Amino acid sequence: MEVISFVALAAGLIIGLGAVGACIGIGIMGSKYLEAAARQPELMGELQTKMFLLAGLIDAAFIIGTGIALWFATANPFLDQLARLPK
Amino acid sequence: MAAEGKAPTAGEYIVHHLQHLQNHKQTAVVDFTVFNLDSIFWSTLLGIVGCFFLWRAAKAATSGVPGRFQAAVELLVEMVDSQAKGIVHSAQSRKLVAPLALTVFVWIFLMNAMDLLPVDLLPAIWHVAGPAMGMKDYQRVVPTADLSVTMGLSLSVLLICLFYNVKIKGFGGWVHELFSAPFGNKFYLYPINFAMQMIEFLAKTVSHGMRLFGNMYAGELIFMLIALLGGAFTLSATGFALAALHVVAGSAWAIFHILIITLQAFVFMMLTLVYVGQAHDSH
Repeated sequence: MEVISFVALAAGLIIGLGAVGACIGIGIMGSKYLEAAARQPELMGELQTKMFLLAGLIDAAFIIGTGIALWFATANPFLDQLARLPK
Repeated sequence: MAAEGKAPTAGEYIVHHLQHLQNHKQTAVVDFTVFNLDSIFWSTLLGIVGCFFLWRAAKAATSGVPGRFQAAVELLVEMVDSQAKGIVHSAQSRKLVAPLALTVFVWIFLMNAMDLLPVDLLPAIWHVAGPAMGMKDYQRVVPTADLSVTMGLSLSVLLICLFYNVKIKGFGGWVHELFSAPFGNKFYLYPINFAMQMIEFLAKTVSHGMRLFGNMYAGELIFMLIALLGGAFTLSATGFALAALHVVAGSAWAIFHILIITLQAFVFMMLTLVYVGQAHDSH
């Protein structure tokens, strides 16, 4: 029972904290991109590719975390370990 | 798709769908005798499909008014070419590296796009066809959601980087750089420099493969969870709401996923170019 509740809490934390980091990162980058584009509109196309590249990099850790958390939430691997522990 | 007569639980459904079609069961973390037959089949097939369409576009290319398909391929090639020009400055290397980047982009995009097929479509076909051919009833259709495939790709990129390091700087020059960059050419800094270089190569390669794998794996898993919503469909009011939620959530995630698969293929291609470009810089 404890294992289930802790894993549920952990899954929530993994997704939540990951989302906080990724959102702050994307927000800072997006605002800087808009500032830069407003200052030098002729660079917009070039900056846009770089922005998307970075968006992919920033999002990656969060999405990996979400995947792991969902895996824990649906097919909990720790329960299996628990069942195999010597009594 | 579990045993007859009993519907699988949510956990069983997910575990079943995360099992590769293998020649034998994997026991150790690293085991080179295990072949994920489904990943090999789909990645090879998609590679052939991608090459075939690009070859057809190149063969039918005219200098007159281009057709729609030719225009699309031209856009793609031009995009990759301009990125390669910006990052890899040697025209000689670009003869290999730009087509490599194009291949990587198209191939990974196609492999990622397998995620957009209904998550149960091909496994359900295999459910009938596979056991009839004497194979196990497992099928995963997204090759890039398999760590072996993505790490294989990133290791190939590492090998190309090492090749260019030796080719551009000469073997002696490269070894000299391994020991004297990034901190400087002092004999007491050699161990630190060498350790930093090794960590850099390791981190680059591992993160390169893990990033693609993680994104695709998470995406696949979320599609499965959405499919479970529809799986809970019954003729009651709540069951009907779940089915409606399935359609809404599935559409929303699929649309968002179009962005992710393109972005990840693009990121992989760009990092391949960046790493090969780094192999050209001397410190």
